[in-house]
Amino acid sequence: MAGNIWVLAEHWRGKVSDITYELLALGREIARNLGVDLQAVLLGHEVRTLAQTLGAASSVLYVDREALAAPVPESFAQALASAMRTKNPQAVLIPLTNVSWEIGSFAAAELDAVYINACKDVRLVDGKLQVRSVLYGGKMEAIVTPAESLVILGILPGARPADQGRSETAPMAEELTVDLPATAAVRLKRYLEPEVGDIDISKQDVLVSVGRGIQNRDNVALAEELARELDGAVCGSRPVIDQGWLPLTRQVGKSGAVVKPKLYVAAGISGAPEHVEGMKNSELIIAVNSDPQAPIFNVAHYGINADVIDVLPAFTEAVRRRKKEVRTHAA
Amino acid sequence: MKIIVLLKMVPDVVEELQVSADGTALDTESLRMITNDLDNHALEEALLLKEKYSGTVTVVALDAPEVDDALFTALAKGADQALKITDGEAASSTLSGAYRMIQALSTVPGLLPADLILTGAQAIDDLDGMTAPLVAHFLRLPQLSIVTHVCVDSAAEKATVWREFPGGLRGEYEIRLPAVLGIQAAEKPPRYVAVSKIRAAMKAQAIQSATVPAAADGGPGVVPVEEMHKPEITEHAQMLQGSPEEIANQLSEILAARGLL
Amino acid sequence: MLPDPATLPYFGMPGYFHLWVLTLISFCVFGGCVLRHVRVLTRARPENRWDHIGKRIGLVVTNVLGQRRLLDEPLIGAAHLIIFWAFVAYATTFVWNLLRCLIPALAIPYPDDVSWVAFCVQILGALGMIALVMAAVRRYIFPPVSLERSWDAAIILVLIAVVLLSSLSSAGFRLLAAGSASSTQPVGKFVAAIFASVGVSQSQAPNFFLRTWWIHMITVLGFLAYLPFSKHLHLLAAPFSVFCASLAPSKMSPASEGASRLEEFTWRELFSGLACAECGRCDRACPSFASGDSLSPKELIHRVKEFVLRWSENAPGGNGKNFVGEMFLPEDIWSCTTCASCMEVCPVFNEHIPLLIEMRRKLVSEGCVQPRLQEAFTNLVRYGNSFGQSERKRAVWTQSLNFKPKDARKEPVQWLWYLGEYACYHPALQGITRALARTLRTAGVDYGILYDAERNSGNDVRRAGEEGLFQLLRQKNTTTLEQARFNNLFTTDPHVYNTFRNEYPELNHGRHRIVHYSELLATLFEQGQLRPSRQLRYRVTYHDPCYLGRYNGVYDPPREVLKAVGVELVEMPRSRRHSFCCGGGGGRVWMEEIGQAYSRPSEIRVRDAASLNGVQCLVVSCPKDYVMFTDALKTTGLEGKLAIRDLSELVEEAVAA
Repeated sequence: MAGNIWVLAEHWRGKVSDITYELLALGREIARNLGVDLQAVLLGHEVRTLAQTLGAASSVLYVDREALAAPVPESFAQALASAMRTKNPQAVLIPLTNVSWEIGSFAAAELDAVYINACKDVRLVDGKLQVRSVLYGGKMEAIVTPAESLVILGILPGARPADQGRSETAPMAEELTVDLPATAAVRLKRYLEPEVGDIDISKQDVLVSVGRGIQNRDNVALAEELARELDGAVCGSRPVIDQGWLPLTRQVGKSGAVVKPKLYVAAGISGAPEHVEGMKNSELIIAVNSDPQAPIFNVAHYGINADVIDVLPAFTEAVRRRKKEVRTHAA
Repeated sequence: MKIIVLLKMVPDVVEELQVSADGTALDTESLRMITNDLDNHALEEALLLKEKYSGTVTVVALDAPEVDDALFTALAKGADQALKITDGEAASSTLSGAYRMIQALSTVPGLLPADLILTGAQAIDDLDGMTAPLVAHFLRLPQLSIVTHVCVDSAAEKATVWREFPGGLRGEYEIRLPAVLGIQAAEKPPRYVAVSKIRAAMKAQAIQSATVPAAADGGPGVVPVEEMHKPEITEHAQMLQGSPEEIANQLSEILAARGLL
Repeated sequence: MLPDPATLPYFGMPGYFHLWVLTLISFCVFGGCVLRHVRVLTRARPENRWDHIGKRIGLVVTNVLGQRRLLDEPLIGAAHLIIFWAFVAYATTFVWNLLRCLIPALAIPYPDDVSWVAFCVQILGALGMIALVMAAVRRYIFPPVSLERSWDAAIILVLIAVVLLSSLSSAGFRLLAAGSASSTQPVGKFVAAIFASVGVSQSQAPNFFLRTWWIHMITVLGFLAYLPFSKHLHLLAAPFSVFCASLAPSKMSPASEGASRLEEFTWRELFSGLACAECGRCDRACPSFASGDSLSPKELIHRVKEFVLRWSENAPGGNGKNFVGEMFLPEDIWSCTTCASCMEVCPVFNEHIPLLIEMRRKLVSEGCVQPRLQEAFTNLVRYGNSFGQSERKRAVWTQSLNFKPKDARKEPVQWLWYLGEYACYHPALQGITRALARTLRTAGVDYGILYDAERNSGNDVRRAGEEGLFQLLRQKNTTTLEQARFNNLFTTDPHVYNTFRNEYPELNHGRHRIVHYSELLATLFEQGQLRPSRQLRYRVTYHDPCYLGRYNGVYDPPREVLKAVGVELVEMPRSRRHSFCCGGGGGRVWMEEIGQAYSRPSEIRVRDAASLNGVQCLVVSCPKDYVMFTDALKTTGLEGKLAIRDLSELVEEAVAA
């Protein structure tokens, strides 16, 4: 009998992550096509209440162990592998985020199963799972149809809209027991909050984001002026934060914040996948980049192939003028 | 303190990538290989730890085009030893590569035991696995990835490391040594080493070579890629044209239309 | 009869005895100090500056005897020329006096007794005093930038005045005592008349003569002893430093791993510190200094002097042993654009740039390289260009041409066009490159390019201190050039021009002529292969690129081209060898911007151009100039008021059908 489709329900600081719902949406689709059940796997400590939101799945298998109170990937992987040995699913979808990063590859090694990384989509073709993975910084896509009966898939954010995976109904929950080593070799001691910034960029309506294309620290001021005119804030991609031109709290992307503002201006950002996953659901994306081939133009709604240093001041000026006109008309 | 750094060569994406004739892999003719960027960070972190705690750094890599340059550069930067694993097909995937690395670590004398095994937290060609957790699993060592900071307490055989979480948050973990760490960023950007130093290393130092016998059970299976292609661009931005002023006007129109002004 | 100071008794001993004592003391102090400096310098690296003796003597004649570079600043130049010759005269008479006095048995007259000698010496003395006053006024009332009112300078001015005045007075008293109305010594007569008018009698004059004679001799002996401890060491060192000047246009220090300790510099690099007279001309010419940056070429040389003077084998704790970091900061080392204005104006031919390059090599070898520069180096190693783009894209600029330039790797061509990375990869320049390609084709020039095989020539890599990378690039390029088939080579980039001409020995000693594209265009116009179909009636100014002009003396061909296309040329305020650098050389385009906004070298330069009456256009013939100036137009708000155009754009416009 073919096994079920599992989704590892990621939760972070007491809340179920958005990507879990994306995976549930994807998993439900696959399960339906295969004629099997979708089950959510919830690993943690005292997290049973979180199961209520996972109604897109037919049932939730949860594990409640103190050893899983903190996000320690190898413990989670061991728990998952143990659960998989007991329940024999045919495919497990794992979120590829900083929280769950290694779990898939680890669990696959434990079980001597196939692991496929960086999946952006999974479809059913001729009754078999066909996986599309993104490689080489987004420059190539690989299609893999694993022959094995047990696969673990690491799924990138954005495979399906999270809303498709939400549900009002609470699913059935079943507690699982798993084998875990007596002592953990890895232990979380505490969290280090970034220096308190003045603002939370994930709550801004307008973000002007800078990347390496602004060339130096001085030019961040150009973005700040535009942000000021638009009542927004400045943020940046990883290279800008690594250079120290903006604090850690302003980072957008895989290790930074995921943002969904009304307006996202990407100034001098190339559009590497790690950044795009942090902003691609913004309502309006305007990208400025001097490289016409920059991948950001595949994500943006409007694109400008020009030097950021030319466009930003002109943009700021135009906005300023427009606002003045609006004010004088209103007056 | 003994540190091993696992390094691998990945396709250089500055070059235009082409698909091979049979459509299942990269065309190797136009391909250039470059050190996996995060492996450079792993090497840098190892060198920083060596400077802080004193010890040795050994860099291990599987044979691949341009790997000699990478290994000599590592030696010039301050690594004590460079080992190239030859013989056998070039690693065709992350999983098979990790497997060969583990065989090398287990069979080549003088490598293990080590206090730390560092490698990059990810690579652009990771299709069927991630090196750090795989190596850790096979060597039965604890591991943590997405690490940006390492502090070692040799006496207590523990290390304190930071892992990156979303939103700029970091988790401080304690990990028992020996351990495998997947480095996301070294504490300082990878150092520069002058070309003259690299050339001097090429003359004065040697890369050791070791062959690793093929695995008795044939090793892990390689996931067959059915097709590789450039991603279809389903959407593309509407490109605005004109002088910066003209573009700026168009943009302010767009914003006004959406009530953003 | 005048008393002879040599034989007169003083404190029971004859004059010559006292003079011997004083002379020995003075010479020992002087000689000991000089010897110590020499011994310190012998610890440094050797460098051969003894070749081409004839050329070197010529340099000394023009620049020491003729004081040519000082005359760049005409007024003080003339004054210093006079002071110099006065000094020569007085040094001669001093030695004469000394010999005559120390060895009374020597039956020679005193110099003052030889009337034509006295005549010349007195004229020079009087003129010298006037020049001295001019110099003092300049230094204390109207000092130019970087001319200090130091104690040393004050002491020297006073000493020189005393030397001149005591000698003139002595001559006056002599004539007064002799009573002769000698018409062959007008100055002496004049001085004598002054003394007479203040009541000095003929009988008192001999005594006064003796006093002033002794004052004069003792002052000079004192000056001699003080000399090696003051900036006036340049009296001794300057003729030597001019003789040992760098004859190679490339202004490069011999290959090394870099220098920070004394023994790592060459003796000639350190010698610059001793030869420096602290005149400040280098500061006044330096673009980084002008933009308010902390780099001061004069300060660099001054610190080198201190380094040498204070160097001691037994310095405790290694203090003062490391020049880099201890005596000179890395950020200043990186600020230099290697434009060589400092070396061009230095009257004693000091070598600021080799010093900076040696220090950059040290920083590079220690890995102390700022991130942007690091990235540029890494890209250059890997892709042969600093843009980080694939070498396969080097000829993408040719794609929108309606013809395909010949490939010099595959077929022989008359001219090889070595473009340089900026002309190939920079989006703003590709159009200009195409313009030149079309123009040359129209003119029937048989040229080809190297397509993907071209790499960065290494000029700026070398000047940024990455000597190993330079050698690597040179090796690769030499092989490529050996395999390509061409007769002569022209390049769009003065930086390529400089290094190919001066630093690629196999290329230059071979059969190829190497020219800049402006030279080629000038020849084509001259020979009628290019004919303007219209005269462009613009009013333009022209910026001389550092590596074309100052480094290699190519000033006229671009001007000939401008003439041929019919524009009206107004020279920049600082042109030709005084051209003011755009700020992009020496690897600076690969580094963080320095200096304050609105006062960067490129901004200063475009404002220079815009200030010229009626000039619409600044013409450039170097790709980096084009990029630096177009950016500067934006930041200075001069867009629309001034246009930046490359020579090839004007040529294409003029010859267009």
